[in-house]
Amino acid sequence: MSAASPTARRGIATRAVLYAILGLFAIVYLMPLYVMLTTSFKTLEEIHQGNMLALPGQWTLDPWREAWGSACIGLECNGVHGYFFNSIKIVVPAVLISGLLGAFNGYVLTKWKFRGHKIVFGLMLFSCFIPFQIILLPMARVLGILHLANSTAGLVLVHIVYGIGFTTLFFRNFYASFPDELVRAAQLDGAGFFTIFFRILLPASVPIIVVTIIWQFTNVWNDFLFGVSFASGDSAPITVALNNLVNSSTGVKAYNVNMAAAMVAAVPTLIVYILAGKYFLRGLMSGSVKG
Amino acid sequence: MSNASPERDGGARERLQRWLPKLVLSPSCVLVLFFVYGFIAWTSYISFSDSGMMPDYTWVGLHQWSRLWTSWTWGIALHNIWVFGLLYIVSCIVLGLILAILLDQRIRAEGVLRTIYLYPMALSFIVTGTAWQWFLNPGLGLEKTMHDLGWQSFSFNWLIDSNMAIYTVVIAAVWQATGFVMAMFLAGLRGIDGEMIKAAQIDGAPAWKIYARIIIPQLRPVFLSAVVVLAHLAIKSFDLIVAMTGGGPGNATAVPATFMYSYAFSRNEMGIAAASAVFMLAVIAALIIPYLYSELREPRS
Repeated sequence: MSAASPTARRGIATRAVLYAILGLFAIVYLMPLYVMLTTSFKTLEEIHQGNMLALPGQWTLDPWREAWGSACIGLECNGVHGYFFNSIKIVVPAVLISGLLGAFNGYVLTKWKFRGHKIVFGLMLFSCFIPFQIILLPMARVLGILHLANSTAGLVLVHIVYGIGFTTLFFRNFYASFPDELVRAAQLDGAGFFTIFFRILLPASVPIIVVTIIWQFTNVWNDFLFGVSFASGDSAPITVALNNLVNSSTGVKAYNVNMAAAMVAAVPTLIVYILAGKYFLRGLMSGSVKG
Repeated sequence: MSNASPERDGGARERLQRWLPKLVLSPSCVLVLFFVYGFIAWTSYISFSDSGMMPDYTWVGLHQWSRLWTSWTWGIALHNIWVFGLLYIVSCIVLGLILAILLDQRIRAEGVLRTIYLYPMALSFIVTGTAWQWFLNPGLGLEKTMHDLGWQSFSFNWLIDSNMAIYTVVIAAVWQATGFVMAMFLAGLRGIDGEMIKAAQIDGAPAWKIYARIIIPQLRPVFLSAVVVLAHLAIKSFDLIVAMTGGGPGNATAVPATFMYSYAFSRNEMGIAAASAVFMLAVIAALIIPYLYSELREPRS
């Protein structure tokens, strides 16, 4: 270490370059978030006069207050908080129900195989990848017939239906590697279908439950297409409200309020990502590559 | 009935146990069959019907399809999705691979860096679109910042330039997805057998040659996955475009997804909208079905 040979010195130089490149990329990746955050704490005058990259000269919480409680979206000026709670009202039941259905499906498709189980799984799996434009028109009509148009309940139904594919995929792949012997032994002991599921498989499923919840939570929270197609007005989710706020053509653009509203929409999924990034990544990977 | 023999009682229970799995599976099956495959069939039929504002089941053959294909906006949408898709896929893969290789050099802060590169994937496209729209805002964003820093001639107004606006969407989309592609490549790199690499190192092969000749060829399955996943994301992209450009200026950044939405809900042209949706489904099916088939085949041992 003390007598640095030329090759060792070259090694150090290479590593310095390596870290510099990685650091530069990190800055580029963080830049939009940084700009979004700092802008949300600036006054409008400062935005018009100052530098986008500078920290706020005078920190203010007003943009956040306005975004949450008094910004005008459409004709109403109550901020995004109502839409934020709409999203929660949609996310919680949609995630729980699609997750439960997926767990049962995965269990049946791996431990109670029947003729045609592969076709059933294939049909469910393909439903994850369809462009949802193909179902927009009939879904709008069916929601109308069921009196669920423009309601959060309607969006819950939509997210359950189109979430089943992924939740089934997650649980199926997880239970496929769960030893069949344990299930068979329990069967010989007289345990039934539900006993085996609740006593043996479910307690071992914590990791995949976390992956599924995070995946579904992120997907449903971030959804825009279903929200904008099926729930305009009061029952819209936060993403739709944010888009209406930002891209409404009337009045002076309050960039600081827009950024604060964007942060409100981003914070829940960001928190989940920071707390459980490992599980988030695992969901992403098994959503694309074989699990 | 009250004093049913134990055998008969056991038989009923057994029968129930035999049917229970299918019973539990059936609600999901019904939902998927109706809401996915039934809806696909319905939309496909509508694309051959005379539907406008309301469904009209009169069969008109390829009428809607020919209207779609002669539509000027649809031409723009197809052109855009080619440009967008190609640039998006290639940039994500090149950048993702580079980042993965750099991160695979026993980097001390790997965990932190990985978290930073991947966080955009957790954000809604509407949030990212809002952020990038502001960041690239010609009056106040990057352009003004560069002017303030003394680079007076710096000009970046792609967002409002109809020839360049689609590239701003590419930039934001690549920013959002590169971390994910990097994670896929990183997992691939970690799974490569070290023996051949060690042998090549002993032979004195330079690092770039080891990557070009041994490591990258072994990542072929990851390339395939990345292309399929990114291509299907590209075809489905809707939110980001709505949030960043709203399909504009004019129709300059229209893509099939925004085209379908506007024909379905603003222009009340159900037939054309259905035809465009069926087209999108067909492209994705051609891409995804062979991929799923090869992924789900029984593993060769």
